[in-house]
Amino acid sequence: MQVPAPFEYERATSVDHAIGLLERLGSTARLIAGGHSLLPMMKLRLANFDYLIDINDLHAELGYIETGPDEVRIGALTRHRELLESAQLAAAFPIFADAERVIADPVVRNRGTLGGSLCQADPSEDLSAVCTTLDARCVIRGPGGAERVVSMEEFHVGPYETAVADGEMLVEVRLPVRPGCGSAYEKVERRAGDWAVVSAGAAVWLDGGAIVDARVGLAAVGPNTTGIPEISAALRGREPSESLFEQAGAIAAGSCDPATDQRGSADYKRHLAAELTRRTLRRAVERARS
Amino acid sequence: MTTVHERADTFHDNDQKPVGYGRMLRKEDPRFLRGRGRYVDDVQLPGMLHLAILRAPVAHARIVSIDTSAAEASPGVRAVVTGAMLAQQGLAWMPTLSNDVQAVLATDKVRFQGQEVAFVVAEDRYAARDALELIDVEYDVLDPVIDARRALEPDAPLIRDDLDGKANNHCFDWETGDEAATEAVFARADVVVSQDLVYPRVHPAPMETCGAVADFDAVDGKLRLWSTTQAPHAHRTLYAIVAGIPEHKIQVISPDIGGGFGNKVPIYPGYVCAIVASIVTGKPVKWMEDRSENLISTGFARDYIMRGEIAATRDGRILGIRTNVLADHGAFNGTAAPVKYPAGFFGVFTGSYDIEAAYCRMTAVYTNKAPGGVAYACSFRITEAVYLVERIVDCLADELGMDPAELRLKNFIKPEQFPYTTRTGWVYDSGNYEPTMRLAMDMAGYAELRREQEEKRARGELMGIGIAFFTEAVGAGPRKNMDILGLGMADGCELRVHPTGKAVVRLSVQSQGQGHETTFAQIVAEEIGIPPADIEVLHGDTDNTPFGLGTYGSRSTPVSGAAAALVARKVRDKARIIASGMLEVSVADLEWEKGAFHVKGDPGTSVTIQDIAMRAHGAGDLPEGIEGGLEAQICYNPSNLTYPHGAYICVVDIDPGTAQVKVRRFIAVDDCGTRINPMIIEGQVHGGLTDGVGMALMEMIAFDEDGNCLGASLMDYLIPTSLEVPDWETGFTVTPSPHHPIGAKGVGESATVGSPPAIVNAVVDALKPFGVRHADMPLTPSRVWDAMRGQARPPV
Ligand SMILES: Cc1cc2nc3c(=O)[nH]c(=O)nc-3n(C[C@H](O)[C@H](O)[C@H](O)COP(=O)(O)OP(=O)(O)OC[C@H]3O[C@@H](n4cnc5c(N)ncnc54)[C@H](O)[C@@H]3O)c2cc1C
Repeated sequence: MQVPAPFEYERATSVDHAIGLLERLGSTARLIAGGHSLLPMMKLRLANFDYLIDINDLHAELGYIETGPDEVRIGALTRHRELLESAQLAAAFPIFADAERVIADPVVRNRGTLGGSLCQADPSEDLSAVCTTLDARCVIRGPGGAERVVSMEEFHVGPYETAVADGEMLVEVRLPVRPGCGSAYEKVERRAGDWAVVSAGAAVWLDGGAIVDARVGLAAVGPNTTGIPEISAALRGREPSESLFEQAGAIAAGSCDPATDQRGSADYKRHLAAELTRRTLRRAVERARS
Repeated sequence: MTTVHERADTFHDNDQKPVGYGRMLRKEDPRFLRGRGRYVDDVQLPGMLHLAILRAPVAHARIVSIDTSAAEASPGVRAVVTGAMLAQQGLAWMPTLSNDVQAVLATDKVRFQGQEVAFVVAEDRYAARDALELIDVEYDVLDPVIDARRALEPDAPLIRDDLDGKANNHCFDWETGDEAATEAVFARADVVVSQDLVYPRVHPAPMETCGAVADFDAVDGKLRLWSTTQAPHAHRTLYAIVAGIPEHKIQVISPDIGGGFGNKVPIYPGYVCAIVASIVTGKPVKWMEDRSENLISTGFARDYIMRGEIAATRDGRILGIRTNVLADHGAFNGTAAPVKYPAGFFGVFTGSYDIEAAYCRMTAVYTNKAPGGVAYACSFRITEAVYLVERIVDCLADELGMDPAELRLKNFIKPEQFPYTTRTGWVYDSGNYEPTMRLAMDMAGYAELRREQEEKRARGELMGIGIAFFTEAVGAGPRKNMDILGLGMADGCELRVHPTGKAVVRLSVQSQGQGHETTFAQIVAEEIGIPPADIEVLHGDTDNTPFGLGTYGSRSTPVSGAAAALVARKVRDKARIIASGMLEVSVADLEWEKGAFHVKGDPGTSVTIQDIAMRAHGAGDLPEGIEGGLEAQICYNPSNLTYPHGAYICVVDIDPGTAQVKVRRFIAVDDCGTRINPMIIEGQVHGGLTDGVGMALMEMIAFDEDGNCLGASLMDYLIPTSLEVPDWETGFTVTPSPHHPIGAKGVGESATVGSPPAIVNAVVDALKPFGVRHADMPLTPSRVWDAMRGQARPPV
């Protein structure tokens, strides 16, 4: 049994209570949501915090998926499993179910949350790639109920670093809804439940035969999960075709910066960036059409 | 010969409860399924303290100083012990199972990352762990030796300066076979193929990590030690020798064990630390390592860098096999193998083939990596041997343009050649290889698979079919050839039948999940006709079981299984005499029918074994010279190993875009001689095949160039899940061992031994269109992609 260093623990009774505690305790405190990223780090003593503030009692307040005509809103404490099983979400953005099927295992998915995933800001993390692909906005609440809304690019400051400051928390993720959308996600892993060697998400918005907009998000190929604006630029206004996907794949491979590690060589990861970009775009287009 | 490949309906067969061999649910399962197993970590004793070990953060460094004062002052801490303190008692070093020495706690240098440096004893596990952070060790970091290929370079840093006169990192040399004869055969062969192969360092990673609870009673001088050990009796003797505690004052208890796979054969420093801590504090002390400690410091497996060479005629007669091996033994030679076999049973690398000559030369070296070796269900290095021969036979098939199944069939040792003495001196007791191979091919639909592959290749799809045929050598001794630190490899067994006809059988071997409580009850049941449910199987407690060397190398059934059958026959012989008295006929007039004796020609006049048991303990007269009671004891010294064999066929598909390997089918036909409980055999095979998928596709304990272990958690060291494995298709043939009392051979490790080459052969076969002839494990997507581009590399 691996044991973390000593810490104090408190269960938050409301979002404001949690923020109040965060404000008072500063950088020595951390929220704990599903705990599936935080606790392993603490047990390995890669991270030590003096205080943990448990937000799991706030599921009523922060665990929801609301689909509206212009926007899908997802509460930060929504669990992986809820994302996987939501029919509404699958109808609007099948990319979520694609991704959730390959994130960890049922035990982790029962507890792990959207907010925890995004705030962990691990470069291999899948939901960040999904949210990047869908051009999500992150709602960050601070002391006194003050809220600010940031894009995914702004949200991820660096590996394991986000725009959420001391005394703040992520409360909601908003996904803009536009017509003619299709989306898909693919991941290459060494074994079920392993973190991605590389994964890619793609979303396209079609009008008639043409691509109005397209976005690709990659995980595990650089310090951050990143959107690739050049792909969007290259695809906008064009008819979907194999050669176009090919071109998008080449851009993906060229614009990422993977490192060689136990999961694979940098060359292989770059190859996957291209391969998975092609595959997900192809599927996203199929879905947009059907 | 019979076959099964349909799924056995195991859920209803508990009602059948065979009196003897047959399918029956495991007697131990209710307690495991209900969470009522009792493992070392479940042991709670009054006043028990907890021990945590400080480990080296670097692979090679001189210890300059250790300051324990802050740790000693930490709340709840009772003691902090360093190597220097152990050295005062002469306990800083201990012998390994291979006659080397290993530091209990480092005194001079640390020699691998994760090595034991100091320990803390505290009132709870948390306090002990927290105090580790307060021990201040100053290290003078030295260059490490990580790549075994460079260990013998003249300027390589010297690891074992603790050994007198040691000037390099050489561990041992070993050879087997006939070099000159092999040279001659190679010189006249039409075809010679050679291939470099790496069997990477892997780890057994049992679900339960290693640990111990030591309880030394200062008044009666008795040490009770609960520990995760596969060999409780051998451990007790070694503790007596190392710690100087008289052997009768040591009780080693190996309770339920959550997986061993060889990981729990060695004595680890942690066990010794727990004993020392209990003596020092006068309290029971528990030490339980965590997952990372298990992965970085305990017995690894494999780590052989091999060159295989095979010589043949143009028409596919294999003439000779030659190999050169560089073995990485880590910082201390902790290999668990019979003393005369420093390379384990690697000498069986000639496989299942009738060849003219063979030779192996091996050099073993020290590196700055964890010690251990010979673990992970390998039958003492037969895993490496089978991988070598089955891979190079495939390379030869490729070179000859011959079907790999046909090449194997052509070269098998023939049934009439058994017992067969190999070119390296092993006497294979029995075997009938062709029917086993043909059955596997039939089950697979081999010809049809090859047709499918051809069609797929034409479409650019990557499908591979891999074959491995293995012969195992399990059940060590005999004792005259095989001992561990002087303890002969033979095993005892005691059987006692109670007055009401229930029985208890005591074994020297120890189950770590193999189902001994069921299998051994069935062996005894078959011999004396008492139902298995009425037979209690006791094992794992040195005060309550006879001496023997324990469970590893698939030796339980070949050795203790024989002992159990023979002890039961001894009891039956006595029962026959008592029965003759009861029925008032001569012994010769009695006929045994499982569970009862009856008078020849008069089946109605009979006594059951239960009647006899009551008589043996009762007030009535017993035949002259017969003592009361119905019990016997035996120590079984095997006359030879048993040699199970098997034919495995694996079918893989590879995604040409991502290079991911999917094992689509796996056909395993095993021949382990007489089958006691087919369900348990299948379970052993399923587990071993899953291990094989892990080793072939994902497992490796890797190190960076500084010697940091890159497999220190199960996030980094991958083991397969149910999603990586297909529905196993198992079948069997039966070739009983001629020298084993019930004809049984071991099966625990067959699948681990046989499956990796089948999978690698399948992957390589799938990659044939890319001109690939070999790719080393682990075949992760990235490494398969390298191979597809002609850049296959040994793993680092
Ligand atoms: C075995 C295993 C396999 C996994 N495999 C994958 C995988 O394949 N792909 C993948 O993407 N993930 C994987 N994960 C991670 C898993 O998805 C985590 O659950 C997730 O990353 C974190 O969610 P959590 O709710 O558990 O966060 P926690 O661990 O509770 O928290 C993570 C971090 O986020 C902070 N945080 C949490 N909620 C908020 C909030 N509302 N506002 C501000 N900060 C917050 C915490 O303070 C902490 O710093 C795996 C985890 C495990 C254990």
